[in-house]
Amino acid sequence: MNLSKAKFRGYKRENGRIGVRNHVIILPVDDLANAACEAVANNIKGAMALPHPYGRLQFGADLELHFRTLIGTGSNPNVAAVVVIGIEEEWTKRVVDGIAKTGKPVAGFGIEQHGDHDTIMRASKAAKQYVQWASELRREERPLKDLWVSTKCGESDTTSGCGSNPTVGNAFDKLYPHKVTLVFGETTEITGGEHLVAARCRTPKVRDEFMAMFNRYQEVIDRHKTSDLMDSQPTKGNILGGLTTIEEKALGNIQKIGRKCLVDGVIDKAEVPTGPGLWFMDSSSAAAEMVTLLAASGFVVHLFPTGQGNVIGNPILPVIKLSANPRTVRTMSEHIDVDVSGLLRREMTPDEAGDALLDCMFRTANGRLTAAEALGHREFVLTRLYESA
Amino acid sequence: MIHFVVHDEHDSVGVVVVEGVKSGQQLTGWIMDQDKEIKVRAQSDIPIGHKLAIQKLKEKDTVIKYGVDIGRTVAPIKVGEHAHVHNIKTKRW
Repeated sequence: MNLSKAKFRGYKRENGRIGVRNHVIILPVDDLANAACEAVANNIKGAMALPHPYGRLQFGADLELHFRTLIGTGSNPNVAAVVVIGIEEEWTKRVVDGIAKTGKPVAGFGIEQHGDHDTIMRASKAAKQYVQWASELRREERPLKDLWVSTKCGESDTTSGCGSNPTVGNAFDKLYPHKVTLVFGETTEITGGEHLVAARCRTPKVRDEFMAMFNRYQEVIDRHKTSDLMDSQPTKGNILGGLTTIEEKALGNIQKIGRKCLVDGVIDKAEVPTGPGLWFMDSSSAAAEMVTLLAASGFVVHLFPTGQGNVIGNPILPVIKLSANPRTVRTMSEHIDVDVSGLLRREMTPDEAGDALLDCMFRTANGRLTAAEALGHREFVLTRLYESA
Repeated sequence: MIHFVVHDEHDSVGVVVVEGVKSGQQLTGWIMDQDKEIKVRAQSDIPIGHKLAIQKLKEKDTVIKYGVDIGRTVAPIKVGEHAHVHNIKTKRW
């Protein structure tokens, strides 16, 4: 596929970023605000609530990550406008002010001294205005470099390493020369292949930063483990699918970064990349956690290879699923957007598989709903670093 | 017809990519990086996605896949035999 003149149609946001969806979200600051957010989304058709279980008595780096994830989610260009609701005013305002830096419409409501009823009424009025305003926004043609593409795999098996992950790698190798912003991560799932990722880092500084993130995570595992992590990494699903060791899983995992593109930088969880190229995010390998972090970093389309059949979606980030496992493609067809099982029958070349994925990526960017979107998969899972105070 | 794939010709294992492989069955493998075919007779029933040894492995041998170390054997493995968590373990953690 020649991508030199490739374009897609997206929504240009106030800060210049381009989205491929046009969501109006009702964002709770904390668990206590979930009920009000869901009531508003029920009142106003076209608004979407993002309930989650956290946001009270967190502190330090864990609280910073909580705010960064919420502000990043609201700031994502797939979101047109945001209503924020929290139990109290100050933390609500902190999230509102963070999102407002993008220039997009955002309003916040604290529940204390008002109660749910009054809060829901006022927030519903704001949400109605936003939904009607957003419904008149139009897509415009944009160059490929405006697309931010993330990847993370899930419920991997050995077919992931032979088929679906190298397909993402083929697509990444084709996108990289066109100044697309790309990201991968899953720090523990690099274990056994860290030397291969280190060798792909563009500069010694990036390599040192990557290895520091990798080593830090290994220390977390060593501190908390009670076994060799069998059943967690690899998971029971991975093992059922034929993956035996973390090293084998990692080598399959890193097929997703292809053979040519270099790692240009590293980012922390939910941190926004500062330029085009391939970024490594220090993250959990749990699917919904990492995809939520990627959405908060501003990525607008996600490529998700699966072996045994992970069904994950995200409220604001379209998740495109591909699989090379012929049994998964047959038994879980409603979840699979791109079938690359032909690769393992030698009926499809890696290049053809990569092109099929890119074709689906452009159609998705232009507005086609993914399987996960059509099925209503909206997993919004915040990463916690440690206990609440 | 391809029954299993191998990433690199120096690998010690291949991956079964069809359902219903039975012990005694003659299997055709495709070595992807060198684009070559090999034949192996299955010594176990092997589910889709699971590995078979394509080299004879002794106990405590290093297992190679993608041309890289993926762990150690904890039991000997014959060519064509199912290679998984019962005879291979991680060297990490």
